[in-house]
Amino acid sequence: MTALDHSGNPLRAKATFLGRMHEWVSTADHKKLGVMYVTTGLLFFLIGGLEATMMRWQLAVPDSSLLSPSDFNRLFTMHGTTMVFLVGMPILLGVANYIIPMQIGARDLAFPRLNAFGFWLFLFGGLLLYFSYFGAQGLYGMGSSPDVGWFAYAPLTERTYSRGHSTDYWILGLLVSSFGSIATGINLITTILTMRCPGMTLMKMPVMVWVMLIDAILIMIAMPPLAAAQVMLLFDRLMGAHFFDVQGGGSAILWQNLFWFFGHPEVYILILPAFAYVSEIIPVFCRKVIFGYPLMVAATVSIGFISLGVWVHHLFALGLSPMVNTIFMGSTMLIAIPTGLKMFNWVGTMIGGKIRFDTPMLFSTGFLALFLIGGLTGVMLSVVPFDWQVSDSYFVVGHFHYVLFGGLVFAIFAAIYYWFPKVTGKMLSETLGKWQFWLLFIGFNLTFGPMHVSGMLGMPRRIYTYHADRGWELWNMLSSIGVLVQIAGVTFFVWNVIQSLRKGKDAGADPWDGWTLEWATTSPPPEYNFEEIPKVYSCRPLWDLKHPEDPDWKYE
Amino acid sequence: MTTLKAQSMTVQAPPEPKSQLLNSGKCGMLCLIVSEIAFFGTLLAVYLFYIGKDPVGTIAPSDVLDVSVAPMKVVFNSIFLLTSSIWITLAVRCLARGNIMGFALWWLLTILFGAEFLVGTGMEWYGLIAVEGLTIRTNLFGSGFFTVVGFHAAHVTIGLFLLSLVFVLTCLGKMHKRHAEKVELLSWYWHFVDGIWIAVFTIVYILGN
Amino acid sequence: MSRRITPASRRSLLRGIAIAMLAAIFLAVPEAWATAPICENGATASPTMFAPRSVPAKMILDLSWLVWGICFGIFLIMEGLIILCIFKYRRAKDDDTEAPQIYGSNPIELAWTIVPTLIVFVLFLVSARTIFEIEKTSAPEGSLEITVIGHQWWWEFDYPEYGFVTANELHVPATRDGKRVPIYLTLESNDVIHSFWVPQLGGKTDVVPNHINHLWLEPTMTGTYVGQCAEYCGTQHANMLITVVVHPEEEFEKWVAHQKTEAVDDDTVAVGRDLFQRTACINCHTIRGTVANGTFAPDLTHLMSRSVIGSGVVSNTADNLAIWVYDPQILKPGCRMPSMKLTKKDVTEIVQYLLTLK
Ligand code: HEA
Ligand code: HEA
Ligand code: HEC
Ligand code: CUA
Ligand SMILES: [Cu+2]
Repeated sequence: MTALDHSGNPLRAKATFLGRMHEWVSTADHKKLGVMYVTTGLLFFLIGGLEATMMRWQLAVPDSSLLSPSDFNRLFTMHGTTMVFLVGMPILLGVANYIIPMQIGARDLAFPRLNAFGFWLFLFGGLLLYFSYFGAQGLYGMGSSPDVGWFAYAPLTERTYSRGHSTDYWILGLLVSSFGSIATGINLITTILTMRCPGMTLMKMPVMVWVMLIDAILIMIAMPPLAAAQVMLLFDRLMGAHFFDVQGGGSAILWQNLFWFFGHPEVYILILPAFAYVSEIIPVFCRKVIFGYPLMVAATVSIGFISLGVWVHHLFALGLSPMVNTIFMGSTMLIAIPTGLKMFNWVGTMIGGKIRFDTPMLFSTGFLALFLIGGLTGVMLSVVPFDWQVSDSYFVVGHFHYVLFGGLVFAIFAAIYYWFPKVTGKMLSETLGKWQFWLLFIGFNLTFGPMHVSGMLGMPRRIYTYHADRGWELWNMLSSIGVLVQIAGVTFFVWNVIQSLRKGKDAGADPWDGWTLEWATTSPPPEYNFEEIPKVYSCRPLWDLKHPEDPDWKYE
Repeated sequence: MTTLKAQSMTVQAPPEPKSQLLNSGKCGMLCLIVSEIAFFGTLLAVYLFYIGKDPVGTIAPSDVLDVSVAPMKVVFNSIFLLTSSIWITLAVRCLARGNIMGFALWWLLTILFGAEFLVGTGMEWYGLIAVEGLTIRTNLFGSGFFTVVGFHAAHVTIGLFLLSLVFVLTCLGKMHKRHAEKVELLSWYWHFVDGIWIAVFTIVYILGN
Repeated sequence: MSRRITPASRRSLLRGIAIAMLAAIFLAVPEAWATAPICENGATASPTMFAPRSVPAKMILDLSWLVWGICFGIFLIMEGLIILCIFKYRRAKDDDTEAPQIYGSNPIELAWTIVPTLIVFVLFLVSARTIFEIEKTSAPEGSLEITVIGHQWWWEFDYPEYGFVTANELHVPATRDGKRVPIYLTLESNDVIHSFWVPQLGGKTDVVPNHINHLWLEPTMTGTYVGQCAEYCGTQHANMLITVVVHPEEEFEKWVAHQKTEAVDDDTVAVGRDLFQRTACINCHTIRGTVANGTFAPDLTHLMSRSVIGSGVVSNTADNLAIWVYDPQILKPGCRMPSMKLTKKDVTEIVQYLLTLK
């Protein structure tokens, strides 16, 4: 393998800037696309974070008038939409793009050009959404982004209540980018099912591959209904159809069901990759095989299944019959069991290990600690009577930031620290990484912990202001201070990436002493990934290689 | 413990035959079909939900969609679309056996039958819009009908476009036995479009009435 | 690798953070209580779910304690395990060997499947009971029925039993004939989805167009309770506040008698009254006993019996009314009442008139 140390195309070093651009724009290589996905996702993360910062600034004190109500409403809509569709989705697709083919010993995805198409659809969808700031004529003739909330409940989105074209931009932007996601999801399924290297049977796939398979299946099943619902809404708005038009007999409840039939699986689409990353990282840094592999797989599959049947827990306050509420309370609570299994197995992997707390592991541990909280508040929310109190309050905002930020984003940072050396050949700085972790960890808890309290004190979400007499001041102030700490953390990250790209330590092929196939090739990997398609005999091919005296395949 | 030594990636181990159920094309097409089913499933679920929910006095399905009287245009059209599935299967078989001529004929028949269906839909729409005055903005029935049937027709159109492309290539002499697998994938898509029609027909024309 | 912090300093840092986190959680709950000082009549500053003043709200709180207890227990065990791992299984500095490989254990895995299943089962049963107890599909016997209609961005309250309509402040009795009285609300929406939420009196229920909902409240104490619309409904969702006044029996009776009367007609403010009636005001507002009979906006018949205007955005004072009539967009930007472009003098006259609508 030493022959491959200088990766890829020898011409690349000489290429001009334009030539390099052309190479990136026209590429169908899964690794380049992966990098493009993740980079775009991180840029959108900064934008989404900036939007959140502005919201917290407005909410820091009561009766504040920094932002007008409609500006605030646009901000949370764009923040939520951006974070879910333009940060979470591209990063998970990007990491899968880069890592999955390498972990299954393939040279690319099954349909490379479809893959490139998917990326560009995503990017243009995202740009279309943001173009609304300039393009959509608001009611008073100014550019305006959508202000209907990320789940865009009809009939607020109907022409009667949402004039101008901002909502059309929301629909079209998401339609375009979710077609990209569906295409990439299909691509991933096909790749995983048909392109594994010799010897990699289903039960010998790394956990990450399993989880991403289920994730892609969820994308394939859950995103088309959203597209269908959005198309109907678009017909309502542009052609005068009546699907969600309450004056014409349409149903407001229908949109809610359609959206959440997509929306709930969507949040699992977002968290499953996080599970995937920590399932790779924890064993490597504990120097111990993952505990209970078959159970991990079973839990993943059942999470996928159950998540398609719980959407009504977002509608507990809608006044459905007690029977319906009870049934969906039950199905929602069921999810705690397989998710709990995963938690237990990760902790089970740590117990008895020899844990190295490098930054990827630090973030993974942070993930465990924070996702647990988010999961438990989720179970509280699934208790219908309690949900009647806190639904649509800041308690819910607290819940989903614990799972989305504490869960997904922490895992994404873990993944970035873990695979950055593979992708760039450079190590990220451990010192800066630790600073980033602690600042984010503290800032995060300071921001989102108090939200649970203000929610239970009666503070609804999506309010641009509140009166001083309601006892919410302290909690909001704490939240807003927390954001400052988070900004410091994110700044450390940006600085770390820039610094390490310029003068980071060389990583070598296998800096973490890893066990899956991506560590068997150079960093960065050559265009064709592997000189020779590897053969595997267990989930941990590199363990077998490094410990020929006690290989895994003897136990599996 | 064993005394095996690591020489390369391929440590000695029980040799494992590589078994793959599907090739990429088939798997990809199946996935596409599943996601399309999710899409149509949603549209149809909405249609079902709205059956009979229209304010009285507007156009109802039973006023304009009649499958029980004489020419039964829709049934007639449906038969064309459904039988085209048979022709395309025969065409693929011919190609797999290397019978290009037979392939071309059956393929053309498929296209013609599909086109007949599309023309039939067009005529039906003309009748509904121009004669009965039912449009997408009339009422819930109009919204649902044109959306569901329209999306199906759009899929038929895409299918016909692809089928015609293959037909042109055949005429140019570019189709060979080795393309049988790709053509089979296209036929899966066509079968799917037919299958969806059965669902649409049942829900829109039978249950909806 | 990086410069190492000594294990001891790191350990104390971690420990400090762990303690701080636990303390924060322990403090949060009492703090929530503390911000809810109980006045004589049961009103609190915060619309908190921790100070229930009605039967269903109390039932929810009781259930919630159980749920919190269970979840807090799981939280302690799991975070404890994680912290234990952090300290106990940290790799020694000079140890480069691999850990013993343990692939799994059937009994252990079975145990941690079954235990959560049992917990979930218990939680489910207890909660299901409460759902059926609280969600009433028909009015309980002897209840006072009121229709609540959500508008962008104000509330209309319709008392069919007494035959009058009012806005933004819901008045109910604590007792009737000396017995606690269930309040049975019928929720309807005039435009988009809203949600009716007064935490101290009960959970929220959405107010949905084309779909009628019900909500059962049964106040146990008199007082003034606040809440607000809890479903995003457009620009002024934040200022769609709710006030519920739970009166002692006789007080409520008096209030009803007063609301039933038509508007006061005071000739000293005839100028303002005529202005009001000549301006577009009457297209949107109703003042019973006058030509004003619009239904688009809050009923103003007894405007001055309410303590707030604009559904709670500001208190109902002469000054605020003047600003409101001059240009409501100043106080409630985006609201559905346009500025009538009146002169300052006309505004003063109209306000003088409004002030008589006791
Ligand atoms: C990453 C995304 C993510 C994840 C993983 C979850 C996970 C869960 N969520 Fe969450 N949720 C959201 C994202 C997510 N959620 C978002 C974005 C919203 C709001 C959307 C909006 O309105 O804008 C939301 C809203 C939401 C609601 C609706 C609230 C409302 O609006 O009224 C509910 C209600 O039931 C809920 C429940 C749950 C449950 C039960 C889980 C479970 O999966 C959690 C399971 C995990 C655990 C329980 C922890 C580990 C388990 C153990 C240690 C085992 C032992 C535990 C027990 C036996 C209890 N969520
Ligand atoms: C992955 C998902 C995700 C993530 C990571 C976040 C991150 C954050 N969120 Fe977000 N949030 C959502 C998903 C997410 N959110 C969703 C789905 C909603 C619901 C929306 C809706 O109601 O419709 C929501 C709603 C929401 C609300 C409620 C709004 C309301 O109801 O009124 C709030 C309020 O505080 C908030 C705050 C924050 C904060 C402070 C962060 C912080 O953690 C952000 C941290 C990031 C930064 C601090 C970046 C800082 C960088 C810079 C400032 C530099 C900028 C430089 C350049 C641009 C060059 N979020
Ligand atoms: C286009 C319709 C419209 C017209 C015309 C109109 N209003 Fe209003 N008015 C409203 C609406 C809607 C509200 C509720 C606003 C809110 O709270 O969001 C309101 C609220 C009010 C309130 C506060 C009521 C309360 O209890 O909160 C007063 C007072 C009022 N209007 C007075 C007037 C006067 C005086 C005029 C004429 C000069 C007038 N309105 C003309 C629509 C109108
Ligand atoms: Cu009404 Cu929010
Ligand atoms: Cu959910």
